[in-house]
Amino acid sequence: MENMGLLFALCGAALSAAMAGVGSAIGVGIAGRAASGVVTEDPNQFSKVLVLQLLPGTQGIYGLLIAFITLTQIGIMGGSSDVSLTKGLLYLVACLPMAFGGLFSAIAQGKCSVSAIGLVAKKPDQFGKAMIFPAMVETYAILSLLISILSIFGVAGLSI
Amino acid sequence: MSNAFVDKNYIYAVSRIRYAELRLLDRSVFDRLCDAADLSECLSILAEKGFGGDSRDPEDMIAEERRRLWELMEELVPDSSVFDVFRLQNDYQNLKAAIKESAMDQPMPDIYVSDCVVDPALVRKAVRERRYKELPGDLAETAERCHEIFLRTRDGQLCDILVDHDALVALQKAAEATKDPTLIKYAGLTAASADIKIAVRAASTGKDETFLDRALAECSELDIDSLKKAAISGTEAVYAYLANTDFADAVPKLRESSAAFECWCDDLIIRSIKPQLWNSFGLGPLAAYILAKETELRSVRILLTARQNGFSADRVRERVRETYV
Repeated sequence: MENMGLLFALCGAALSAAMAGVGSAIGVGIAGRAASGVVTEDPNQFSKVLVLQLLPGTQGIYGLLIAFITLTQIGIMGGSSDVSLTKGLLYLVACLPMAFGGLFSAIAQGKCSVSAIGLVAKKPDQFGKAMIFPAMVETYAILSLLISILSIFGVAGLSI
Repeated sequence: MSNAFVDKNYIYAVSRIRYAELRLLDRSVFDRLCDAADLSECLSILAEKGFGGDSRDPEDMIAEERRRLWELMEELVPDSSVFDVFRLQNDYQNLKAAIKESAMDQPMPDIYVSDCVVDPALVRKAVRERRYKELPGDLAETAERCHEIFLRTRDGQLCDILVDHDALVALQKAAEATKDPTLIKYAGLTAASADIKIAVRAASTGKDETFLDRALAECSELDIDSLKKAAISGTEAVYAYLANTDFADAVPKLRESSAAFECWCDDLIIRSIKPQLWNSFGLGPLAAYILAKETELRSVRILLTARQNGFSADRVRERVRETYV
C-alpha cells in the first residue's frame, strides 16, 4: 500500500503515452488512407501528402514526452522512487490534459488532414494553405502539453 | 472506434474520387461543344478531354465512359450493391419489357437494358415461365402481381403504371437501406419528379382518382394526397399546389414542356449534391460522383444527338444540364 502513490503516478504516465499515442495512430491512419488515394492517382504528390499525413503524429510524441518527464520525476528512471499517495494522485491528474487533449486533438487533426489532402488532390499549388488548417488543431495539443508540463513540475516542487 | 480500423468512411475512395472529379466535363467544355461547328468538332473536343477512349462513335464513347465509371466504383467500394439505387429502376424497365414480350409471338431480346442489378435473362425466364419466386425481393412480388393483371386485362398501360409505381417505391426503399443522405435525397427527388409528371399528365388527360392511386408513389418531398386532389381538379390546380412547395420553380418549366421540366429536375439533383464536393467522408461524395457522371453522359448524348440533327447552338444549350464541377 505504501507504493500506491507511485502506482497512480505511473498510471498517469501510461495514460498520457497511450491515449495520445492511440489518437495519433488513428489520425495518421485515416490521413494515410486519404494520402494513398492521392498517390494512387498522382505519385508526384507523395511528399506533400506525407507532410499532411504526419501532422496528427505529434500528439503521440507529446504524450511520450509527458510520460518521460513523469517517469523521471517519480524516480522510475533512476534515483529515489518515494512518492506519497497524494503526490501520486496529483501526478496522475497532471498527466490527464495531455492524455485526453492528445487523443481527441489527434483524431480531429487526422480528419482535418484528410480534407486538406483532398484539397491538395484538386489544387496542388494550394499546399501551403492546406497545411494551415490541420496545423491549427495542433494549438490545442500544445496547450494540453503546456499545462501537463507545468503541472508535473509544480507537483514535483510540492512538499507533500 | 471501429471506424478507425475499417474504412467505413470511404476515405481512400473519396480521395480517388477527388481526382476523378477533375476529369468531369465542366461548363466551359459544354459551351465549347455547343459552339462547335459540327458533330466531328464536338467529337474532337471530347477526345481531347479523354472522353470515351479511342472510339469516335457517340454511343460507344458514352458506353465506354459508363463502363469506366462502374469499373472505378467496383474497385473503390468492396460491396458495390450500395449503388444498386442507380440501377434498380432498369430491373423494373426490364420487367415491363418481359411482360410485353410474353404477350408477343416472337422473342425480342433487344428491348432489354443491360445496366441493371438482376440479369435480364433471369427476368425474361421468370416472367415467361411464370416462376416469379426466382426473382429477388420486391421485384418478384411486382412481377407476379403485374403479369397476372396483364394476362387478365391485356391492359399494357395499366401494367406499366403499376410497375413504375413499384419501381419508385423500391428505389426509395433501397436508398433508405444505405442510410446515406445523398442517396435518400436523390431517391426522394426522383420519385417526386416522377409523381409531378404523372400528376400533370393525369390532370391534362382527365384521369380519375383510381388511376392516381395506382400511379403516384409516396415520397418524402411531396404530400401525395394534396397532389392527387390537385390532379383531379386540373392542371392549374397542380401548378397552384406546386407553387407552395419546394418545387415552385418547376411550374414555369412544366408550362414550357416536359423536356424543360426534366432538365430542371436534373439540375435540382446536381444542386442538391454539390455540397459533397467538400465532404471528405462517407458514401455521399461517391454517390454524388455517379450522379454527376450520369448527368454528364445525359448532357453529352443530348448535345451530340442535337448536333447530329442540325439543331442551333442556343436550342442545344437550353437542354444541357448544370454541371457538378
